Amino acid sequence: MALVEIRELSKSFYRDSQEIAVFHGVNLNIERGDFLALMGPSGSGKSTLLNLVAGLDAPTAGRVTVDGAEVTGMKARTLAAWRARHIGFVFQFYNLLPVLTAFQNVELPLLLTGLSKKERREHVMTAMGVVGLTDRAEHYPRQLSGGQEQRVGIARAVVSDPTIILADEPTGDLDAQSADEILTLLQRLNDEFGKTILMVTHDARAAERAHEVMHLDKGVLTR
Amino acid sequence: MKIPLIYNLRSLRARPVSTLTTAFGMALVVGVFVAMMALSNGFRAALVSTGSPDNVMVLRKGADAEMSSGLSRDAANIIGGMPFVARGTDGRPLASPETFVVISYQRLGGGLANLVVRGVSPRALEVRKGVRIVEGRLFAPGSNEVIVGATMARRFANTGIGETLSFGGRDWTVVGRFTAEGSAFESEIWGENEQLMPVFRGQVFQSVTFRMQDPSAFDGIKPTLESDPRLYVDAHRERDFYENQSLFLGTILKFIAVFIAGVMAVGAVFGAINTMYAAVASRGPEIGVLLTLGFKPRHVLTSFVTEAILIAVLGGALGCLFTLPINGLLTSTTNWNSFSELAFAFRVTPGLLLQGLVFAAVMGVIGGFLPARRAARLPVTEALRQA
Amino acid sequence: MKFARLVWANLWRRKGRTVLTLLSVAVAMFLFATLRSVLTTLAASEQVGSESRLVTRSAIGITFPLPEAYAGRLAATDGVSAVSWANWFGGIYINSQNFFAQFAVDADTYFPMYPEVRMPPEQLAAFMQERTAVVAGKGLMERFGWQLGQTITLQGTIFPGDWDFTIRAVYVPDNPSFGDENFFFHYDYLLERTGRFVTPGWFILRLGDPSQAAAVSARIDEQFKNSRAPTKTETERAFQAGFVTMWGNVAFLVRAIGTAVFFAILLVAANTMMMAARERVHEVAVMKTLGFGDGLLSALVLVEAVLITGVGGLLGIAGARLLFGATRALSSILPGFAVAWSTVAFGIAIAIGLGLASGAVPAWQAARLSVVQALRRVA
Repeated sequence: MALVEIRELSKSFYRDSQEIAVFHGVNLNIERGDFLALMGPSGSGKSTLLNLVAGLDAPTAGRVTVDGAEVTGMKARTLAAWRARHIGFVFQFYNLLPVLTAFQNVELPLLLTGLSKKERREHVMTAMGVVGLTDRAEHYPRQLSGGQEQRVGIARAVVSDPTIILADEPTGDLDAQSADEILTLLQRLNDEFGKTILMVTHDARAAERAHEVMHLDKGVLTR
Repeated sequence: MKIPLIYNLRSLRARPVSTLTTAFGMALVVGVFVAMMALSNGFRAALVSTGSPDNVMVLRKGADAEMSSGLSRDAANIIGGMPFVARGTDGRPLASPETFVVISYQRLGGGLANLVVRGVSPRALEVRKGVRIVEGRLFAPGSNEVIVGATMARRFANTGIGETLSFGGRDWTVVGRFTAEGSAFESEIWGENEQLMPVFRGQVFQSVTFRMQDPSAFDGIKPTLESDPRLYVDAHRERDFYENQSLFLGTILKFIAVFIAGVMAVGAVFGAINTMYAAVASRGPEIGVLLTLGFKPRHVLTSFVTEAILIAVLGGALGCLFTLPINGLLTSTTNWNSFSELAFAFRVTPGLLLQGLVFAAVMGVIGGFLPARRAARLPVTEALRQA
Repeated sequence: MKFARLVWANLWRRKGRTVLTLLSVAVAMFLFATLRSVLTTLAASEQVGSESRLVTRSAIGITFPLPEAYAGRLAATDGVSAVSWANWFGGIYINSQNFFAQFAVDADTYFPMYPEVRMPPEQLAAFMQERTAVVAGKGLMERFGWQLGQTITLQGTIFPGDWDFTIRAVYVPDNPSFGDENFFFHYDYLLERTGRFVTPGWFILRLGDPSQAAAVSARIDEQFKNSRAPTKTETERAFQAGFVTMWGNVAFLVRAIGTAVFFAILLVAANTMMMAARERVHEVAVMKTLGFGDGLLSALVLVEAVLITGVGGLLGIAGARLLFGATRALSSILPGFAVAWSTVAFGIAIAIGLGLASGAVPAWQAARLSVVQALRRVA
């Protein structure tokens, strides 16, 4: 059984009572340890697909199963807790909380666990070490460069050791060099730490770094 | 005003919730201020209008109220005979030697209240121009008839015409109801002085009030009376006397109005500052554009202060509107100079409403200034980048 | 507790705004504490009079005196164990702005009747020996900077002329509501100088058995009903309460103002919280993505709001208590004016309520926020 199973997944929305389909009947398996890139033009629904896997959005039809749990059937209340445990999310615009230091940002998901302060500190420092920012722990986001901010974002995504990392255009806001560093980091997470990664991107060079590339266009998913 | 007002109006409409919450906050402050001032002014007006500038009120020397005063019949006659006392058509002096007592009486709805019973000369209505019989007639001399003040009549039982009031060990028939331009007299019962005198205090008047032939001559009349060796009196212009009575409570009420409104205003101004800071923060790029277009920082400053004033005045107007229904509402308190109940009406006047609006505008200026200054000092480049 | 840092960081995101909101709540709660203390002080002064003492006054009106001969007849009435009397003097000290209450009292019987009026025995003894001596309240001494032994002159209004008094004793009341700005002198002095022209303004009676108050009152009033000076007798407490009600409907006024203040500040606080929430829509969406639940996010918003209003409220109320405790700002008008602990507790409860109310809308918005839409809005 694949880690992520997407079965006959459809998503449409209504505009002036007219149904507009984003995609229809999509099927996809993601195996444990995979690094999958999902490409497609803007508006193709790739971010929507990512949101559905994260349980941030509800599909019109079909289902998504992650590690044996059916995400699409969960109640809103259980979804949040499930997400905290299983999903690590990396955003295009980093989305760090400006009022918290890098350390505190990374610690944020751990607040939802039962870990002690000391344990949390160890986890955070490990994650910061992985992304190579131990020396920036006490900096605020505005004191960091874009690439550094994204590395903090990644540290935050991995700190709770989630089942899968979902990255939505993680290099979309970065210059070439920073983007390269981030992609290298994601590769390392995949290689060294065996993290399963689903990355949405419209940048072909970024997609090259994945094991496998899928294309979503006009609602159809192709390899 | 270089930046058009319409820009501010549109901006306010673009964020209706914060505009309205801030305005409502101001409205409550202005409302409380106007209501309290209306209370204070109403109280003062009731007492001040009681006295006429044409009349002189004579009390025993040292007495600060009618209650503590006493004048003999001789003294009253001497005063009435003075040349500066105005005369009626019949040639007799327009003077009213009066008795004044405060009695406990059952109020409608329960509880005892202190009530002024004034014994007046049958000529009292000629002496006091503002007093008018609106129903029934004046008491007949030599009878145990009384007339009742209009507001007093509403608050006490058995005050209808033909009904009987019992006090001082006698029964008194109500034969008339009078108004006195909303003054303190309307809270009183009036009977004939000669009838009331023996009932309470014996052969003594509490005051003599007379009309002056020449109201401008008061400054000469006062020393004449006070230095007369046959008399032992103080003479007051009637209006000043009642104005003084209003001083104590009037000042307290005014102080309360200013204190409470002032404290509330501090809160409301903080609210306005918050709102305007948020407005400035969210409009960085707009400010940048204005500055790039060549508007000067002071234009931006004026514009934002104007916007704050607009919110405040909107709130002020709303607050004034809230207070309109209380205009004329009757309330009562004690006139501490006589320990008697004094009914009076809230007075919301155009001047007071204007004060309320000015108060609101001042809050707007104070609340708008700091945020507006921040807007004006914003460097263009930073402002444009802020989006 | 582990979320404290998050709340704290959010609080100081916009320092100016947090401080201003906190201060406006503080100011409002200061006002609340002041207003409510007016009510509690008035209520306390209704309680000042004893239930075990009766006051007999003229039924005609408060300003009508009673014959001195009543003293004996009252003392002989069943259930009355002691009788004293007093009169209102109504003198002016320098000018009429310096108002304070002056009573001519029958010294032999008056002070034994009022054990709550405390003064050194040697001072009382000195007072008793001198015809023009005075017992003045401590507050009054401080207000005018008087010294023991000083002679002061009052200008009589009811009783004409200049009256000289020498301060021989200073009292402190056991119960602050009794007031420490009263002025007591010998009834005999008044009697002599007016050529025996005065009679008692009212009588104070001590009851043998306080539970008999109503019966004894009725018995007294019945006794004088058909005389030339009928009486009205009630417990001292009821007598005092009568004076308090003469202020008019203070309670209503205070409540109306209090309500207006509450809502004005609620608007300020709610506006702040909504502005804060609007700025953070995006962040809330991010936290939801990280797995923060709706309830937790709402709670964080509420805690933040309650912190602002709670600390503001504490500041305002503590400020009022300290200010009115340290100064005598209002005690001339309202004897014993003080911010009661019940007001402190009530005020803090209101401040917390204010926080919950102002945070309610943003908290609800945070809970129902759609992550997808919120994130898309900026991206």
